[in-house]
Amino acid sequence: MSQHFVQVQQASKRFPQGRGQDDLTVFENVNFNLEKGEFVCIIGHSGCGKSTILNALAGLDQFTDGGLIMEGHEVTGPGLERGVVFQNYSLLPWLTALENVKFGVRARWKEWPPAQVDEHSRDYLSMVGLDDVIDRKPSQLSGGMRQRVSIARTFATKPKLLLLDEPFGALDALTRGVIQDELIKIWGRDRQTVFMITHDVDEAILLADRILLMTNGPEARIAEAVEIDLPRPRSRAEVVKHPHYYRIRNYLIDFLVNRSSTLRTADIDGRGLSYPQSINPARADADSPTPDEGDPANHKLVNFTPKETHHG
Amino acid sequence: MDRTTTEWNLSLNMRATLVALVLLVVGLGLWEGLNQVPSGGNTAEMTEYEKLMGGVEDTARVPPPSDVIERAWQELSNPFYDAGPNDKGIGIQLGYSLYRVLTGYLLAAAVAIPVGFLIGMSPLMYRALNPFIQVLKPISPLAWMPLALFIIRDSEASAIFVIFICSIWPMLINTAFGVAGVREDWVNVARTHELSPLKTAFKVILPAAAPTILTGMRISIGIAWLVIVAAEMLVGGTGIGYYVWNEWNNLDLTSVIFSILMIGVVGMLLDMCLATVSRLVTYEE
Ligand SMILES: Nc1ncnc2c1ncn2[C@@H]1O[C@H](COP(=O)(O)OP(=O)(O)OP(=O)(O)O)[C@@H](O)[C@H]1O
Ligand SMILES: [Mg+2]
Repeated sequence: MSQHFVQVQQASKRFPQGRGQDDLTVFENVNFNLEKGEFVCIIGHSGCGKSTILNALAGLDQFTDGGLIMEGHEVTGPGLERGVVFQNYSLLPWLTALENVKFGVRARWKEWPPAQVDEHSRDYLSMVGLDDVIDRKPSQLSGGMRQRVSIARTFATKPKLLLLDEPFGALDALTRGVIQDELIKIWGRDRQTVFMITHDVDEAILLADRILLMTNGPEARIAEAVEIDLPRPRSRAEVVKHPHYYRIRNYLIDFLVNRSSTLRTADIDGRGLSYPQSINPARADADSPTPDEGDPANHKLVNFTPKETHHG
Repeated sequence: MDRTTTEWNLSLNMRATLVALVLLVVGLGLWEGLNQVPSGGNTAEMTEYEKLMGGVEDTARVPPPSDVIERAWQELSNPFYDAGPNDKGIGIQLGYSLYRVLTGYLLAAAVAIPVGFLIGMSPLMYRALNPFIQVLKPISPLAWMPLALFIIRDSEASAIFVIFICSIWPMLINTAFGVAGVREDWVNVARTHELSPLKTAFKVILPAAAPTILTGMRISIGIAWLVIVAAEMLVGGTGIGYYVWNEWNNLDLTSVIFSILMIGVVGMLLDMCLATVSRLVTYEE
């Protein structure tokens, strides 16, 4: 049977409210799979729970309910096979850029001699274009440079699953573009699986194989999974010229502006354990997505008993 | 632009030095001028006691700076002489005090920093230990003295204990505070890299909290140096505090003033040492 690389099933996150009130449900009935080597972006309005999902994948946070399986094993905590690039870079400010990368490399390959750690770290720093500033502390680097160091630190440990939480959120458009290209380059080398949060529709189209769309919280769901089959390798300059580009883009914008708030959770939940509909705006008519294009056979629940979802 | 600011800084520094020098000269001058032995007095007719006290005056006469400088010269040219229990060089006395302060201080650091770590990392321990800290912290270190003398039965160790108890609190509280305040992002970096708890403590939490810990250590050394003088006045025997008290009993005010200045200088040096260490571990976010 088909074994997905990462499986998220029936995931939900609830926070207890004050006395006498029901719990606040941020999201529930969230199901999706990640295939090996896939680049998946997730888009949704602020507060719908994207970071919570990513942190759960990282093992830094837990779902209230539901299961999370990676390569057949339940994820119970953080691990080196999953690398995280945080939105605020999270570099250790008392270490230089090079030492920050070495920090990760040394943790990953404890048996490596110092020279090898050094060489490997420099290699990844030069891949993100930072040969000249490797001995500077993060406080002496620009935001873009810091994020590159952070990307180098994470990629240098060669995790199987990369988790990026709005990695370019704080950068200006120009810097962002440059680093996106670097990200494509560095990802093209090892083709790890990537799960990335972004608010930028163009960024998502440029990078992703699949874009998960979340409805608004509370009680958010992942409604659809948009397939992006634009040819690779992609570049910022070329991808916008592709005839399908604006069709995809309009579809995504329409979702974010109109449908994310009006989509009724009941519709999505109606099908029990519901995986997001697979949509290909380039092929299908953008306004009438064909329901359940994805293979339902793959969606058989093996490891978990589906739960009835409760509302109110 | 940069140039003008440095130039301005330089001139500010120079002006500050100038003002400080003027203040010093004026202060010393006043001190010197106001404390001269009244001239015209018949020195021959003074009693032995009056000579000792510097003249027949209604108001006490503080030795003028010239005397103090002369004494400083004498003492500092031979700081380590030892001529019996009541006559030791200033270097030896300061050495005793420094030894006690550093012993008590380092013992306190050895306890306060690990315990502070524990309290900072564990909300349970924080809550459990907090009431004790709150009660013990405000106790004047000297109030422990009788109890320490009674239990330890050794004046030397009691003085060290008093230093220990007074320097422990700032270090303990600052360590706990610094450790508890380590950004969660950095801890998450350690977690995602599967660092062991020990490695996390040394590679992430310690460097992150180091500036706060060092602030505590700096406060502590200051307090310890304040307290040692008082403690040695009580315990007696050796040390700069005892020296001050002894010279007072000898009515040798010149030496008293000289040793007061030395206490200030040594305290400043101790603080400067820790300030240097503190600069080394400080980081900019
Ligand atoms: N401790 C908490 N108690 C109650 N609600 C919480 C708590 N922590 C987070 N939340 C809620 O969980 C929701 C999801 O947060 P999350 O950070 O995952 O959102 P997000 O989709 O990443 O948003 P953004 O795009 O702004 O980063 C938010 O609405 C937030 O209010
Ligand atoms: Mg977020």
